[in-house]
Amino acid sequence: MTYGTYLRKITDPANRADPYPLYAELRKTPVLRDEGGPYLVSTYWEIHGLLHDPRLSSDPRNLDPDAAAALAVTEEADDPTLPPSFLRLDPPEHDRLRRIATYPFGPPHTPRRIHDMRGELARIVTDLIDDFEGRDRVDLVDDFAYPFPVTVICRLLGVPRADEPLFHAWADTMLTSLDPAAAEADVAQRRRAVRQARVELGMYLSELIEDRRRAPAEDMLSSLIHGDGPDGRMSHAELVSTAVLLLIAGHETTVNLIANGMLTLLRHQDVLKRLHDDSRLAVPLVEEVLRYEPPVQLLPHRTPLTDIDIAGVTIPKGAAIWLVLASGNRDPKRFPDPDRFDPDRKDNQHLGFGSGIHICYGAPLARLEGQIALAELARRLENPRLLEDPPPYRHNAVLRGPRHLPVGFDGVRPAREP
Amino acid sequence: MSTTDERGASRAHRPDDSLARLRREGRIVIVGASLAGLRGAETLREEGFAGSLTIIGDEPDRPYDRPPLSKQVLVGGAAADRTTLPRRRAIRAHWRLRTAATGLDLTARRVRLDDGDEVPYDRLLITTGARSRPWPQPAEAELDGVFVLRTNRDAERLGRRLMAGPRRVLVIGAGFTGSEIASACRELGLPVTVVERGPTPLVGALGGVVGQVAAELQREHGVDLRCSVMVTALEGDAAGRLRRAHLSDGTALDVDLAVVALGAVRNTEWLDGSGLGAGPRGVACDAGCRAFDVRGLVTDDVFVAGDVARSPHPLFGYQFLSLDHWGNAVAQAEVAAHNMISPGPDRRPHLWVPAFWSSQFGVNIKSIGVPSMGEEILIAQGSLAEHSFAGVYGCQGRVVAAVTFDQTKWLDFYQQQIETAAPFPPPFRSVDRRPDGLHPVPAEFPDPSLPSHGPTVTLCGYSPTERRIVFTPARA
Repeated sequence: MTYGTYLRKITDPANRADPYPLYAELRKTPVLRDEGGPYLVSTYWEIHGLLHDPRLSSDPRNLDPDAAAALAVTEEADDPTLPPSFLRLDPPEHDRLRRIATYPFGPPHTPRRIHDMRGELARIVTDLIDDFEGRDRVDLVDDFAYPFPVTVICRLLGVPRADEPLFHAWADTMLTSLDPAAAEADVAQRRRAVRQARVELGMYLSELIEDRRRAPAEDMLSSLIHGDGPDGRMSHAELVSTAVLLLIAGHETTVNLIANGMLTLLRHQDVLKRLHDDSRLAVPLVEEVLRYEPPVQLLPHRTPLTDIDIAGVTIPKGAAIWLVLASGNRDPKRFPDPDRFDPDRKDNQHLGFGSGIHICYGAPLARLEGQIALAELARRLENPRLLEDPPPYRHNAVLRGPRHLPVGFDGVRPAREP
Repeated sequence: MSTTDERGASRAHRPDDSLARLRREGRIVIVGASLAGLRGAETLREEGFAGSLTIIGDEPDRPYDRPPLSKQVLVGGAAADRTTLPRRRAIRAHWRLRTAATGLDLTARRVRLDDGDEVPYDRLLITTGARSRPWPQPAEAELDGVFVLRTNRDAERLGRRLMAGPRRVLVIGAGFTGSEIASACRELGLPVTVVERGPTPLVGALGGVVGQVAAELQREHGVDLRCSVMVTALEGDAAGRLRRAHLSDGTALDVDLAVVALGAVRNTEWLDGSGLGAGPRGVACDAGCRAFDVRGLVTDDVFVAGDVARSPHPLFGYQFLSLDHWGNAVAQAEVAAHNMISPGPDRRPHLWVPAFWSSQFGVNIKSIGVPSMGEEILIAQGSLAEHSFAGVYGCQGRVVAAVTFDQTKWLDFYQQQIETAAPFPPPFRSVDRRPDGLHPVPAEFPDPSLPSHGPTVTLCGYSPTERRIVFTPARA
């Protein structure tokens, strides 16, 4: 397996805290063939174009075998026990599964689901911050940014919160498949580990689904099992795949959104003060965090069905394409003064949630979680400050965020009366 | 440096001076108080116009949004008086509502109003839009139970009658408005008959191939759809209430509610005799939104935007396009307003690629480009039978338009194909290509208008300010 210069640099932990100078260098060549590795696309309009391009496939079965081998990414398609989730499928299969998954989650069939969770989300946040009382420092990742979305996704799906240690370990292992640097390790061994974790998580969720089949509850798993829209129901295997996807995506990305957001706010105390004074700022602010420090830095799973000419480069059929969203978000051809954190930014059509048919399914929930979390932290923490800058980062270069975020403060203001 | 300054200062009437004065204390009048007028006014203020701004409109209400009127409002999802357009910023305008413009004096630069008043201007923006085409027999149009749908008052009255539960609704014309009204009726559980003169619904906008899908949608949702038929007469009872419609196939239909949805008429009558190049097809203007006079000379103080404008589009052989699209009204008003108060080199052409949407019978329809220019259509993604597809229209070997049914998220790609004059049929593989999408078929427009031969023109540049046209001269 060969990894080109840039991929090495992107995955180098030394660049994790500030990968943006590297992205600026990448943008000099909007579509760059990284020696023997994937094609890296780093400019906004090229990424945006490819995200809407029907010649691009998300299905790993369309990857050239050599490209697939070079990537050394453990593909869902390798897994004989579970079908791929809609994240790794093209239309029409993608459309069918995503539509069915959307019936109990959002408009047009369930337009109020997320809105109605507002009170519950606020209560979870309040409880977590209440626990800060009597302390003068916390790890904002372990004490807040992680437990909050995990609790939310568990309640939404109907997964027992007490099982978190179990599925957290599986999720961690599975996500190494998204970690380009991990490919440097023993490939065969890692593939086995990832496959094993996916099988075990699948079996766990499969049992849960069987429970809900017998005894439906007020959660999304039950709705998915018993729902019956015009597209029919998912098969049991499809249900398990979808549940695996939602559980992992639902708690491994929002943690970075909240941690990156708080880190950015603590580095911009003027904005933090404004948010403290007016929580309505949270709405545009979360969009700017998604642009400025996106939780998902790049999308590594695309391949063309035919040769594509773009920005003077021909990307051959079957080649691996990585879309560097975080770089597109800092493209000066799209965003004036892109390295400035500016919650008042207009026309902020960032790529933080991707775009096109695979645009983040959970985006409405993630937005609300981010808005409530950041607004409440800003409102309740007295004189919050970073104790370590930069903080230690997770190993993963794709799902980028602090591993710990030590924050000091003088006290905790009381919660609002409910 | 100093010589330049001296030379500049010695000029008695630099164009910049008058422009600066216009921006500082000029009088701008906007005739037409709907979407284009409002967005034009906001753009003027946004770009620093500090003079007086007068907005004239014949409707009583401040600018409101019309798309919901044929959708949510009819099914009770939103009140007709609650679609007021959100404001982007304060515009400090003098509003003259319930007041129609009746004439224009280009020489004296004055707009005449129906209350006898005259309003002087330094720059005029015409955004008078269109109205619904009335039923051609005035006496029949007066019958109680005969409606059109254009304004919020129309929607309020029609919505109330639909809620009252008529025996059967007759929709005359199956364009977008007629089809959306039929969809609302079915959502309300009302029996509805749609009578369309053409072979399918939406045939004028999208052609017969796609129109056939629209017909299936209607019938699957229980609409009594009758194509290639016309309504010849509406009959009332002694009390003047609609009771029957007579059709060209010799049949009659008992109905107590009919909606006339026969398209729109552009509001240009007030410009008759003004010398401006205005007529039933709109007010002709150049790509910078400056109106032409009847001699084909461009004015520099009268601008046009929105449904009432006809402007040449470089992507479509410089044909003059009249676009009654929501997005066009916004984009064109922004360009017109910008150009009204900008010096020549800073002006921008209106290069908006036509786009519109409709939602009916649970399907989200979107189109981009000019489908009616298409000779052929290729179903590039999805399938007609499943009512979920992306269709690409081609003309003379290039992509000129696309339409999606429930496949909206791909449209950006097809817009780029249109803007770069990409070859048709598309030579590449794409996701979700089905067997019936392997070859183009005739698009089946009733009266295809062919663009003229000429150089290929493409659009490029990312932001509106750097948007450019690139010519590729035709080879001899």
